[in-house]
Amino acid sequence: MSRRQLERGRAVRGTVTADGIAPLGRADPDDADCVVLHIDMDAFFTSVEELRSPGLRGRPVIVGGTGPRGVVAAANYPAREYGVHSAMPMSRALRMCPDAVVRPPDGAAYRRVSAAVMDILRSVTPEVEQLSVDEAFLDVSGARRRLGGPVRIAELIRSRVHGEQGLTCSVGVAATKFAAKLASTRCKPDGLLLIPTAHVAAFLHPLPVGALWGVGDKTEQALRRLGLRTVGDVARTPPETLRHELGQALGAHLAELAWGRDPRPVTTETADKSVGAEETFDSDVRDPETIRRELLRLTEKVARRLRASGQAGRTVVVKLRRADFRTVTRSRTLGEPTDVAREVFTAAGELYEASGLSGVPLRLVGVRMEGLVPAGQIHHQLALDEPDQGWRAAERVQDEVIRRFGAGAIGPAALAFRDEDDV
Amino acid sequence: MKFRVERDVLADAVAWTARTLPVRPSVPVLAGMLLDAGEDDGRQRLRLSSFDYEVSAQVSVDIDVDEPGRTLVSGRLLAEIVRNLPPQAVEISTDGAKVVVSCGSAKFTLLTLPVEDYPTLPAMPELTGSVLSDAFAAAVSQVAVAAGRDDTLPMLTGVRVEIEGETVTLASTDRYRLAVRELTWTPQDPGVSAVALVPAKTLADTAKSLTSGAQVSIALSTAGSGEGMIGFEGGGRRTTTRLLDGDFPKYRALLPDSFNSVAEVQKSEFVEAVKRVSLVAERNTPLRLAFSDGRLVLEAGAGDEAQAVEVLDASLEGDDIQIAFNSTFLVDGLNAIESDIARLQFTTSTKPAIITGKPVDDGASDYRYLIMPVRLSS
Repeated sequence: MSRRQLERGRAVRGTVTADGIAPLGRADPDDADCVVLHIDMDAFFTSVEELRSPGLRGRPVIVGGTGPRGVVAAANYPAREYGVHSAMPMSRALRMCPDAVVRPPDGAAYRRVSAAVMDILRSVTPEVEQLSVDEAFLDVSGARRRLGGPVRIAELIRSRVHGEQGLTCSVGVAATKFAAKLASTRCKPDGLLLIPTAHVAAFLHPLPVGALWGVGDKTEQALRRLGLRTVGDVARTPPETLRHELGQALGAHLAELAWGRDPRPVTTETADKSVGAEETFDSDVRDPETIRRELLRLTEKVARRLRASGQAGRTVVVKLRRADFRTVTRSRTLGEPTDVAREVFTAAGELYEASGLSGVPLRLVGVRMEGLVPAGQIHHQLALDEPDQGWRAAERVQDEVIRRFGAGAIGPAALAFRDEDDV
Repeated sequence: MKFRVERDVLADAVAWTARTLPVRPSVPVLAGMLLDAGEDDGRQRLRLSSFDYEVSAQVSVDIDVDEPGRTLVSGRLLAEIVRNLPPQAVEISTDGAKVVVSCGSAKFTLLTLPVEDYPTLPAMPELTGSVLSDAFAAAVSQVAVAAGRDDTLPMLTGVRVEIEGETVTLASTDRYRLAVRELTWTPQDPGVSAVALVPAKTLADTAKSLTSGAQVSIALSTAGSGEGMIGFEGGGRRTTTRLLDGDFPKYRALLPDSFNSVAEVQKSEFVEAVKRVSLVAERNTPLRLAFSDGRLVLEAGAGDEAQAVEVLDASLEGDDIQIAFNSTFLVDGLNAIESDIARLQFTTSTKPAIITGKPVDDGASDYRYLIMPVRLSS
């Protein structure tokens, strides 16, 4: 069961009623408690490509790798009519649809458009949970007084995204994230679907079990063995039976979900627990200087990611994997959280030295920062011998140079003059 | 060996000597306390010694000697036993390879350690000068509070002692604060000039424990004569310690000499308020101070955390200033000044501030406590 099978491929602008989906009329929609919106951009990558090359419109377009092992990353709706879908080998896709225009993915362009769309969403409410480049949940309970009911807000978002970015999106409106996401999937492309709370169960029950969040191939097979093919079958099964057959957590979860009960709130930030980077060497490395240089390179990367995300970490963790896969991790908690590579590297280098693995062949090294806090909450105890402009300032300048001139434009001297692949 | 001694005299001496016993002795004999009974300057004395290759301690007390001799016993065990003896005369004697401690009706038999393996204690360097013991203890405690505790930066775990004729300057810093104190003393040679870096903890403990006599003699081995060492002697107790290596920061340059604001606050009120307000400050969150004419506002906590605020009377000359500090560092400094009124001098909110006592006419102690502020996240 995949989302593809749930999509109808025909635009819908409607509401779920007792008798199926009805167009949204003039009457006030039954959306009082449906404060969760799921926004899903339609065929996002290919739509951006069409925007850049308007001649593509109406023709089948595939974004993906063009090499011998290339895979489809996205296909527009005309291409989908030939049966092309994402994750399919490109060679097969082109056999199904030889006339398709193939474009290599341009991540930077997609991220730029994505950021603009997310800005629109955040102007509606700060309660935005971004799921990926082209998908987000919104909790609009705080925006209703200002902008009207959830359906009206959904219409507003759709018209602004279209007006400002020239792209279409589909919006699901419901009381829970689970139902809202199903709604947007059902109304794609360029659609809007409201699932009033009273009709959630009726809407869900005819759907195949694969529509339930958390049901993958394995669980679907397990449910099929129990003779449960639709969500309604699951809903009518005693929760104890589900727990017994599927385990406590999953069983209880599905028993709730089958009735449309989903306790997950819209969370604006999924707080990272840690930020890390690791490197597997092409061949094992024993030279301590080379290891230290790699640790420095990884540290720079980690610190840059911390700064970019406005976080700082308190605990430095170094991971060292020997040639025989035995792995040691060593950690040190600093006096105060930091996002300065220089400070992280000092600790990381000392951890490596103290690990007793200096001179031992290693196949992998990693650096990770844990105990993350928003950088805005760090107060810095100044030291007597600290210059007014220290490493922190130097690294901020480095970020700025990299932002303008690209990665590799500036970095620690110890990492300079190396193969491009290493930087 | 056989001698008798007053229980309290023995208990004091043993307890003081035991403080220098190593917790994890590198060689077993260092866990021992050396007892040496005999004549010393025509008096019958017991000399107790302990040593851990860094610090040595030696004390001598009056006893009645029946039979002179030396022996080595477990220092911890002896200290435990003596501390718990009844208040009567104690008799200690050797019996073959054992030591017998009797007091009233109690009797203990201890094993001895091989006394011939015990290292020779370092000789006391030549006397450099002497200082009033109470003044010395007070000065050391004022300075040692700012010393570092991080053994990875050993030179910051010491108190820098600078001797220049009749003036001794003590200084220590952990990079976040710096305490400096000058005091006068009586040098052997009026033209003496010397510096030493003394482990702060040892110095503070030593200075405090030498206040039973009026004077403390200080003996500093000059850098030229082998390994650096400093010795202290007073009230029958003497201790030596190895000096620390490493370059102490050039701290005089760090002391600002011009300020934009000078505030004065009643010290005890200030300390109480700092402690109260910082109750809501979690670890690593600073205490914020706002000085304006006539008052000082103390605040801690922010946003969705618990918050506290308190207002005190304060005089201010110069610009209003808002500045944040680690509250522990601030309390340490305020507690260290001797005056009832604390004077705080500021340049800006990211520059060091200086805490002193309000100067009085007769020229109170020259003590300065420099404290680095906390830069608040913007």
